Amino acid sequence: MAYDSFSILTSTAVPLPIENVDTDQIIPARFLKATERVGFGDNLFRDWRYNQDDTPKVDFVLNNATYQGKILVGGHNFGSGSSREHAAWAVYDYGFRCVVSSFFADIFRNNCLNIGVLPVQVSAEFLAEIFESIQNDPATELTVDLHKQNISLASSGTSESFEINAYKKDNMLNGYDDIDYLSNMKSEIVEFAQNTPL
Amino acid sequence: MKQTLFDKVWDSHVVHSIDKGPDVLFIDRHMIHEVTSPVAFLGLKNRALPVLYPERTFATADHNTPTLNQHLPVADPLSRNQLKALEENANAHGISYWGLGHKKNGIVHVVGPEYGITQPGATIVCGDSHTSTHGAFGAIAFGIGTSEVEMVLATQCIMQPKPKKMRISINGSLNHGVTPKDVALFIISKLTTSGATGYFVEYAGEVFEQLSMEGRMTVCNLSIEMGARGGMIAPDEKTFEYIKGREFTPEGAAWDKAMAYWETLHTDEGATFDKELVFEGSEIDPMITFGTNPGMGMSITKAIPTASSVEGGAATYKKSLDYMGYAEGESMLGKPIDFVFIGSCTNGRIEDFRAFASIVKGKKRAENVTAWLVPGSHKVLASIKEEGLLDIFEAAKFELREPGCSACLAMNDDKIPAGKYAVSTSNRNFEGRQGPGSRTLLASPLVAAAAAITGKITDPRTLIQ
Repeated sequence: MAYDSFSILTSTAVPLPIENVDTDQIIPARFLKATERVGFGDNLFRDWRYNQDDTPKVDFVLNNATYQGKILVGGHNFGSGSSREHAAWAVYDYGFRCVVSSFFADIFRNNCLNIGVLPVQVSAEFLAEIFESIQNDPATELTVDLHKQNISLASSGTSESFEINAYKKDNMLNGYDDIDYLSNMKSEIVEFAQNTPL
Repeated sequence: MKQTLFDKVWDSHVVHSIDKGPDVLFIDRHMIHEVTSPVAFLGLKNRALPVLYPERTFATADHNTPTLNQHLPVADPLSRNQLKALEENANAHGISYWGLGHKKNGIVHVVGPEYGITQPGATIVCGDSHTSTHGAFGAIAFGIGTSEVEMVLATQCIMQPKPKKMRISINGSLNHGVTPKDVALFIISKLTTSGATGYFVEYAGEVFEQLSMEGRMTVCNLSIEMGARGGMIAPDEKTFEYIKGREFTPEGAAWDKAMAYWETLHTDEGATFDKELVFEGSEIDPMITFGTNPGMGMSITKAIPTASSVEGGAATYKKSLDYMGYAEGESMLGKPIDFVFIGSCTNGRIEDFRAFASIVKGKKRAENVTAWLVPGSHKVLASIKEEGLLDIFEAAKFELREPGCSACLAMNDDKIPAGKYAVSTSNRNFEGRQGPGSRTLLASPLVAAAAAITGKITDPRTLIQ
């Protein structure tokens, strides 16, 4: 088992209503020098979260105790830019288990799925409703049910289904990962490689 | 069945298709660097797995390397440790390693093509989103995360759903002073940074046919900046001429066999795409970005668009302009700049330095400008010297550095200070990308040269003899 399994998560959420949040904002390149996967949460959104003298920027959402939870809600095209998995690690290490947006960049979405953070894509209308509900009441809870592929907003009862391919869903529900799957296919891969010149 | 170029290469690499799931895709060639590989090797160690095909993986140090005094120990202990980890991992698993100071060292996407590792019809991955560069040769090449680096090391495969297909055609020819970088920035400005997400792009039409291999690499390199996983161009005589005789290029009977495959690598007449876009080369001017993502680009002679004229949220747009210190409706021409950076996997090849030299020759760097000229590889560095470009640069008061990713992502000491403006030939103008608080203006080597000479944003066409 490579990571935590995910089935149903009910939590308050942290809103970040900004579009095109890129991976350089999620974790700036100067924090990618580690050779182990530890401590990236400390530098999540580093330059939005801290001033250059390392004092917290009081108006950034992660520095506002009003907003807490295991779900991060971001604007359209979340996670664009670099392929650094460190961005997904930072999101996980900070304590998030799910990211909700109306659109995800491709590699970031894949990276999340590969480490056990569930990316949930919702409609632009539902995303706007979620932001509004959290603004009105930061204690608003979201429930993400992976079995049913459904996300719902407790305050209004509004819900929406979301997409995930059956293979990845099974992996997330059970905490399986791709290397276990591929390792069991080794003989087929070796046979394929013999017909593939270098 | 009529197939696209992308279908032909993808389908021939599928080991297994999972029902309602991804394809198991065989990877011909895998490039690694110091930043996104150490945790993958740690994963292998924890699982007690070997590297299945070490001869299919190539390691180079680039992201985190100094560009001055590479003969000295790396001063930053964290960077030094990461470089040491790459060397130890490569050596422990029998992987080719071109480290700091090695004559073949350079940026991963520059050295791959230089030594013939990049070939038509291959699947190529690397833990770096600009792996799309290699698509210039008709390869399927894209960036992956570290979990996937571990998968490739362990099994030479990754699991990917097959992307949708988009063709972007540009007909006609390019205007004077318009470079491949302008073509890419033009396309991204039309599509936005998410316009091609979920797609793999094929670039077609006369403009791409006319581009050199290096120009094609610049365009394919920037595919990820419109959200596409990758972009590719059908191989032609120019491609075959480029790769012939390089170190990892097949020879003799193997070359003939490879050519028989490579010559099939084009989109069949009548094959269909999920999306098609067509532009005219004459529509494109020298481009520059004015905001904090690569989609925020415009013709250098135009005014910064108003929030009401762009798609998406006005609040995010205004936040971006505030960061840059610009206002809607302003002209970019004449705005002062502080730094110029020539380099990166986007524009760090010899043709880029020739273009830069064509403008700075016989002139002097503006006194208010700090310029960093960073070749993409030792091979590029050697060519700069051999061709006499170094003499031109030195006469014009420019300093040439040693190869690496450098100020493109500012992991090393090459950081643009907070609040300063940098005209950069690199690929991303995100907030703080080139150093905390830095302000990046993406542009071609010609636009960068014009800015370096005049100290402000200048249309390079006014300086081209």
